[in-house]
This record gives sequence, structure tokens and C-alpha cells, in this order.
Amino acid sequence: MTVDEALLRTLTPAVIGILVRRGADFAAAEDAVQDALVEAVRVWPDVPPRDPKGWLITVAWRKFLDAARAEASRRHREERVDSEPPAVPGGEVDDTLQLYFLCAHTSLTPASAVALTLRAVGGLTTRQIAQAYLVPEATMAQRISRAKRTVSDVRFNQPGDVATVLRVLYLVFNEGYSGDVDLAGEAIRLTRQLAVSIHHEEVAGLLALMLLHHARRPARTGPGGRLVPLAEQDRSLWDTRLIAEGVDVLQAALARDRLGEFQAQAAVAALHADARTAEETDWVQIVEWYDELVRLTDSPVARLNRAVAVGEADGPRAGLAALAELDPALPRHTAVAAYLHEQDGDPVTAARFYAEAARSALSLSERDHLTRQAARLNAQLRR
Amino acid sequence: MAKYLLLKHYRGAPAPVNDVPMDQWTPEELSAHEQYMQDFAARLESTGEFVDSQPLSPEGTFVRYDGEGRPPVTDGPFAETKDLIAGWMVIDVETYERALELAGELSAAPGAGGKPVHEWLEVRPFLTACTTITE
Repeated sequence: MTVDEALLRTLTPAVIGILVRRGADFAAAEDAVQDALVEAVRVWPDVPPRDPKGWLITVAWRKFLDAARAEASRRHREERVDSEPPAVPGGEVDDTLQLYFLCAHTSLTPASAVALTLRAVGGLTTRQIAQAYLVPEATMAQRISRAKRTVSDVRFNQPGDVATVLRVLYLVFNEGYSGDVDLAGEAIRLTRQLAVSIHHEEVAGLLALMLLHHARRPARTGPGGRLVPLAEQDRSLWDTRLIAEGVDVLQAALARDRLGEFQAQAAVAALHADARTAEETDWVQIVEWYDELVRLTDSPVARLNRAVAVGEADGPRAGLAALAELDPALPRHTAVAAYLHEQDGDPVTAARFYAEAARSALSLSERDHLTRQAARLNAQLRR
Repeated sequence: MAKYLLLKHYRGAPAPVNDVPMDQWTPEELSAHEQYMQDFAARLESTGEFVDSQPLSPEGTFVRYDGEGRPPVTDGPFAETKDLIAGWMVIDVETYERALELAGELSAAPGAGGKPVHEWLEVRPFLTACTTITE
């Protein structure tokens, strides 16, 4: 038998929560559970446990006691450590939720919160997290232990901020896929788990947004990792099961009538998912959702996306007019200008803007995509 | 987090403030410089911002493909080449401002007379992998 890593990782936050409720501080509990996970991976293939969770709790508690005793004797002073665990008040669902709050605490930088969440809530090893973020394991280990020190004074039962948790999960999702860890898939798992712990319309909104974007992943890249823009994607590759789930989750959230930015973004994604061809896209409704998003967030990125949508709904001139109101220094502003000029029948300006946008692109696949657009237009112009 | 390359030049950067070639430094000054670099890297590791650091030999060779079945053509080193990279450090930091701050600290490594070299370092952002949600 191979170890069910998915099960192990699902159990991680609840086991940490139980140790904390028994009196371990968070940092020590987290270390003990990581040690127990390592032992599970080693022992379970030969001796599968009858009760995996009970096994983890027992082993993690023993690891915690060992570490606490070692620490106490290292300090040459007596420290009473309860070897009989006290009663455990509170539910597991609450524990898991508290762990999300703690790992996304506002005193942490976004990168620290991401690393801590992936380890303590996600049950990933430091090595896996380091590989996913392309940094040395020692660096990631330090990032995590600093994060644990930062939250060491935070009381575990303190109510947290859902918005910061959602930002952390959004960051994890957006990192996509690198190394041997599927961060997008992991972000979806963690958001699903959060949605079980708390009924909150924006948690549902973010989950819907992730599902709807994840559904398009097979179509998003072509040969050699080439970026395939939405309009050119092979829609038969979209995962209809994920889309259906995303739409259901979104509709239930919208029915609560407390709109937020993730619900609005998910609504845009749902409208794209709903179109059988790019031509069938309901751009008028998409513009309306971007209007909501601009109202909710006043974000320049939302305004930029709105300009693209206006270009599709009311024609490229209208899109360019909307774009003219925005700061040209915005990332992707030039790329959007290039696209709208091409739609407007001005390939010379478009090619120039595409080349310029390629030079300032922040990601490799985007740069390659923009360079290819410029090259395509320049080849047409030479004919 | 974003990764940045801090590039150190043998040639091609503007002249540093404390512009004494390293072969004119005392052995103690050289040791102090090396120690500073090691401490800096160790400190960045402890803050979770260190990725990599490598020195490069100044001697390099240009190489290019020369057609099917032929060995590659080599040429150089070219004494007249303006830009010569001495080494790099890769950092993973929260903001561009933090990258600048760290480059400034690295540039304060001691040189001749125990005074900071004030060397010019080039800060270059990495191109990232594409983010998932862009539409």
C-alpha cells in the first residue's frame, strides 16, 4: 500500500488544532505534526493504521512531548508537561478555520502567510513549498519559522479576517503550476475546505472563480507552454464538470445578495464559460460586471479589463476611449492598446504597440505571446 | 514575492566611489570584504530572501554554431567588450523597494581603507511564470 498523501494532508489542520487545544503552542504543534506526517509516510506502507487520524494525533502528541521534554532539560529546569492529554473542547471545523486565520494573520507579509498556510493548513513539506516557489529549502525553512515567530503571540481562538485568508488563497492559486506541486489544485482544495468551515459569500465567490478558471487550464497553453488567448482556446477542452460546479457555487453565493469582488470576477468567468464560441460571448453583461468590480474595488486592473470588454461590446473606438482615461504606465496597458488598434483596423500602430508591450511584459509566456502578435502583423504588412 | 538579479560588473558599470582595484587592497581589507559578502548572504537566508549567489571568472569565451557537422566556433575573450559580469546574487523579495534596499546594502561592502566600495550594482527583475488569472 502506498500512503494516501491526500488524506494525510486533509487531516493536518485538524490534528494541529487538537494539539493546540491540548495546550501546545502553535509553533510546537505545527512542528510535531510535520514530524508525525514524516513518520506516517515511513510507517504506513508496512503497517497501515486502522484509524489514520487517531494515529496521527497520538504520534504528533508524543513528538510534541518529546520535543517539550528535550527543550525543558536543555534549559536545565523542571517544566511540567502533561503526558495525559486534557479534554479537548471545541470542534474540529472551528480548529481548521482558526488555523486559516492564524496563517493569514495581518501581521504576516503575503509571502510568509502563503508559506505558512501551505505548510500548516495544506500539510505540504518545506521542501515541496520551496520547490514550488523556486527558492532553496533553507530559505523557505527560514521564511516559515519567522512567520511562526511572528504569530506566536496571537491567541488561537481570536476571530480572524476572512478577506486576508482569501487574498492568501488567491495568491496561491495564481502561482499556478511549478515544481511537483500543483498550487492551483492545492488552492482549490484549501478553498473548498474553508467553504465547509465558514458560510461566507466571498469564500464561495473565490471558490467559483478558481473552479471556472481551472476548468480552462487544459486549453490555456499550447505546444511548448505557449499561451493561448481566451478567444482562440479550443473550448471542447474546457472541463464542463468544473464549470458546472463553479456556476452552481456562484449562483448560491449571488443569491445571498452580498456582492464582493471575487463574486464579480467569477461572474465574468462564468459568462466566458457560458459561451460556446468566442463570438457568442455576452460582452454587454461582462461590461456590467466590470462596472460592479470597479465600483467595489476601484482597481486599475479592473478598469483595464473593462476597457477590453467595452471594446468588444461597443467597438474598438469605444474601448480606446475607455483606455485613454487610464494611466498608460499600468501593466498590460500597451498590450490592450495594441489589441484595440488591431481591431480598429490599424495594424501599423498595433504591431508597434505589441512590440513595445513585449519589451515590458512581466512574464515569459506573455512576452512570447506579444512578440508573436507583433511578428504576425509585421509579416502581414510586408506582403 | 518577486525575484531579482543583483549583477556585479568587472567592467561596464559606472565607476564606484571608492575606486581602488582589489589587487591594491590589503589582505585584511580583502578578508573583511569576503566576510561582509558571506554575512550578507547568511542574513538574507535567515530572512527567507536568499536564492543564489555565484561569482564568475573574468575570462570568458564566445561560442557559436558553425553549421552541420562542424565544431562550434570559439572566439575571444574580447578585451574591448564593454560589459563584463563579475557575479550575481538572486533574491526573492516582497517589493521592488526591498530589492533596491538590499542592493544598496550589498554595495556598502567594505573596500580599500575599510570604507564602503559604493559599487554600482545592476538590479534586474526576473520574468515570471504566467499568472493564472489574467483575463
